[in-house]
Amino acid sequence: MIQLAIEIPYWGQSLLRVLGGLVAVLLPAGTIVYLFLFKMMSFMQSRLGPMEAGPYGSLQLVAEVGKWMQKEDLAPDAADKHIFKMAPLVVLLSTFLLVVIVPFGPDAYFTNFSVGVFFGLAVASVSVLGILIAGWASASKYSLLGGLRAAGQLIAYELPMVLATLGVVIQAGSMNLQDITVVQNTGAIFGFSGLGNPFIITQFVGFVIFMIAVQAELTQAPFDMPIAESELVSGYMTEYSGFRFLIFFIAEFATAGVFAFIASVLFLGGWGIPFSWFGWDTIDDVPDWMNLVGPLIMFGKMLFLTFIIMWVRFSFPRFREDQLQTFAWKVLIPIALLNTAITAIFKVAL
Amino acid sequence: MTVLSDRQQLSYIASQAADARLNVELETEGMTLNIGPQHPATHGTLRIICRLDGEQVVWAEPSAGYMHRGYEKLTEVRTFPQVTTLVNRIDWLGSFANEVPFILAAEKLMEIEAPPRAQVIRTILFELSRIANVSLFLGDLGVQMGAITPVFIAFRDREYVLNLIESATGGRFHPNFDRIGGLKDDLPAGWIDETRQVMVKLREFCDIIEDLLFGNEIFQSRMRGIGIIPADIAKDYGLSGANLRASGVDYDLRRDQQLPMAWDKADWKVWTHPDGDSFARCWIRLQETRESCKIVEQLLDQIPAGPIMTKVPRIIKVPEGEAWVSTENPLGEMGYYVVSKGDLGPFRVKIRSASFNNISIVPWALKGVYVPDIITILASLYFILGDIDR
Amino acid sequence: MPDKPKVPGLFKGLGVTLGILKDTVVDGANTVQYPHEKEAPPIRARGVIALHEDNCTACMLCARSCPDWCIYIEGHKQLAPPRRAGGKPRQVNHLDRFDIDYALCMYCGICVEVCPFDALFWSPEYEYSEPKIADLLHDKEKLGEWMETVPEAPALEAGAQKK
Repeated sequence: MIQLAIEIPYWGQSLLRVLGGLVAVLLPAGTIVYLFLFKMMSFMQSRLGPMEAGPYGSLQLVAEVGKWMQKEDLAPDAADKHIFKMAPLVVLLSTFLLVVIVPFGPDAYFTNFSVGVFFGLAVASVSVLGILIAGWASASKYSLLGGLRAAGQLIAYELPMVLATLGVVIQAGSMNLQDITVVQNTGAIFGFSGLGNPFIITQFVGFVIFMIAVQAELTQAPFDMPIAESELVSGYMTEYSGFRFLIFFIAEFATAGVFAFIASVLFLGGWGIPFSWFGWDTIDDVPDWMNLVGPLIMFGKMLFLTFIIMWVRFSFPRFREDQLQTFAWKVLIPIALLNTAITAIFKVAL
Repeated sequence: MTVLSDRQQLSYIASQAADARLNVELETEGMTLNIGPQHPATHGTLRIICRLDGEQVVWAEPSAGYMHRGYEKLTEVRTFPQVTTLVNRIDWLGSFANEVPFILAAEKLMEIEAPPRAQVIRTILFELSRIANVSLFLGDLGVQMGAITPVFIAFRDREYVLNLIESATGGRFHPNFDRIGGLKDDLPAGWIDETRQVMVKLREFCDIIEDLLFGNEIFQSRMRGIGIIPADIAKDYGLSGANLRASGVDYDLRRDQQLPMAWDKADWKVWTHPDGDSFARCWIRLQETRESCKIVEQLLDQIPAGPIMTKVPRIIKVPEGEAWVSTENPLGEMGYYVVSKGDLGPFRVKIRSASFNNISIVPWALKGVYVPDIITILASLYFILGDIDR
Repeated sequence: MPDKPKVPGLFKGLGVTLGILKDTVVDGANTVQYPHEKEAPPIRARGVIALHEDNCTACMLCARSCPDWCIYIEGHKQLAPPRRAGGKPRQVNHLDRFDIDYALCMYCGICVEVCPFDALFWSPEYEYSEPKIADLLHDKEKLGEWMETVPEAPALEAGAQKK
């Protein structure tokens, strides 16, 4: 933890970490929902979006949360009650598990796993369980179809994500996210160190594959067959209402934010700006005020990446399930494997 | 002999086998999925019962009638102007187009014709209602596919057309403007210039939809090769309108019939497509919208001066007789068979609506397709529930 | 038949949405923030029907021609004073009740068209919704109040024949 004047006991540190985790997950969710879902989507459709609740509709999310919370907690008769109620929490759980590996500053992190990337990829699949549970336990044909489609899709698109991340790990030489950040910010491209070495330039193919895989993991259009509003009403979420639907809703956008955090760490240089601008050499040189500026920089990069995700979501129709799977297995995975192989060759040869 | 794709053939055999199995033993395999009557994809309350094998449809049947309002019975106890009001509400998106064949049938029985000015303005309003109807279809196509943005653009640009119709007739959706012998009122000043500007905007809209939707590779992969309907099957099932022309049949009632309307005064083209798949049906409607803009622009220059209504008595009694008139409505071929016994109102009106016949092909077309393709095919066939059920 | 697009259609689509985003930010949206701002409907818009009571003779033509039979008219004959001094009292129709039930009204306009005495007029007013459906039955007085909102008929296009 940060060197502070006062000594914070361990339980205090844990409390701070919990609060920090909540902020790190819910603040991006709220911002993404307001900025992109309410406002950007509306502006792309030649309208203004919510304007009544608060100035320029800024309190619309508060109104929505209030509305969802006060609804009746329904569960279908034939549903498996306990699993039905557990499913949204499992999906949200995976988001919280995922955010602990993200570094927000040189000392502002929750955990500093040496195998952070490995942990993150493993934990990202927990949400698949939640979706499957929701689809199966809802005792409705629409939900079942949605859940089964989700299972196939989400598992298929984890592989391109893993392979794209593999390219970054090979180039950085470490699975620790803090190390990956430092390598990008202290690196140089052909001797020019003004921009650092953000992996988006050398791993551009990997970046594109990662973003496509993230779009599919979030079941956003054009990969939103599991939800497929015009066919399955809401897919695996059909039978959920009230508080539980709110959890799914928040989980969707929170996961988008967290994946954008991870992508900005892996490809855009994380919380850092090129160290050469300030003459720092290693992470120990970075001053403490970076712990306050770092999260802001991360937030900005997250917003940029989420803008791209949402822009694609609002513009494209959706793939059919078999086209989706073909795209993953026959297009993305071979390209990702090729990318990994070329990265490995360059890393060893150069 | 009709040409079925391999998948359709295999599925036909599978469905026969499945039926045989289901008739013999308990229904242990296959899942029955009910699409509708409340569903975001159907344009209203249509129920389609599908029997699925995994994600493939083995058997499908549409069950219409949830919106039956008894039009043909209602017309038996109403006078001709009152029936004109009712008939607006059959195909509510292109509502002026519903009045026209009915009024033409009544005029045929009375053996009068509307004056040339009324004929041209009737044709202009008819084409405007086609543009309003099909532009909503183009937007809604995106929603069925998952693209949520085109529909807002469609509604935004359709508002211009609706404002035009409102400034001329008084009603956006239900103009109730056609009368036996002509039109109710003449056009307000400035309408012609306004219409010209709106046509420019509608052309831009067609270009936007082409870039945003039709040019999109995902859209094309969802629509090309899906729901192929060969030409003879289309004719057997009584499809009409863009559905028929997309299968390569060159048939357009505006050109092939002699009605007292002004389509022959403009230079326009009938679009056909040889493929017969969903993409063809949607693409033809896009081109027809552009063609309608062209027709309207040409006719705006050719409105002759003169009266808007011929001399008809105040209380109209249509002489005895039977008349059938059908026109090329936005949804397809719509026709009215009017039987009159010399009263104030018709004795019996039979309404041949386009969507009713268009969805009769659904059991045939949905055999062997995946669940997402059900929505694609239904979207491309384009029906309005008011038109199916009346 | 559309040929292969030069720029992949996916990017063109992204460009279109970005363009609309820019247009909305620069030019404003195409929507109107009702109820803070309201659009004015065109002159001929069929909003509500107004009754000019003095012209009405309770001839019942409008009530008969309504497709929904939503006009309720009651009248009685009474003697009115003679027009000139020394004349006979004349019999006139006095209008007792003229109600239009806007819960049934189809806004078709046949009643306005059919009236031989120009007692009914269209007005573009549309904001008269009520919490109770029974309040949608507008009586004689309320219909008379709508007369203030009736606009002048618009000028007609060139080439129209004056009636």
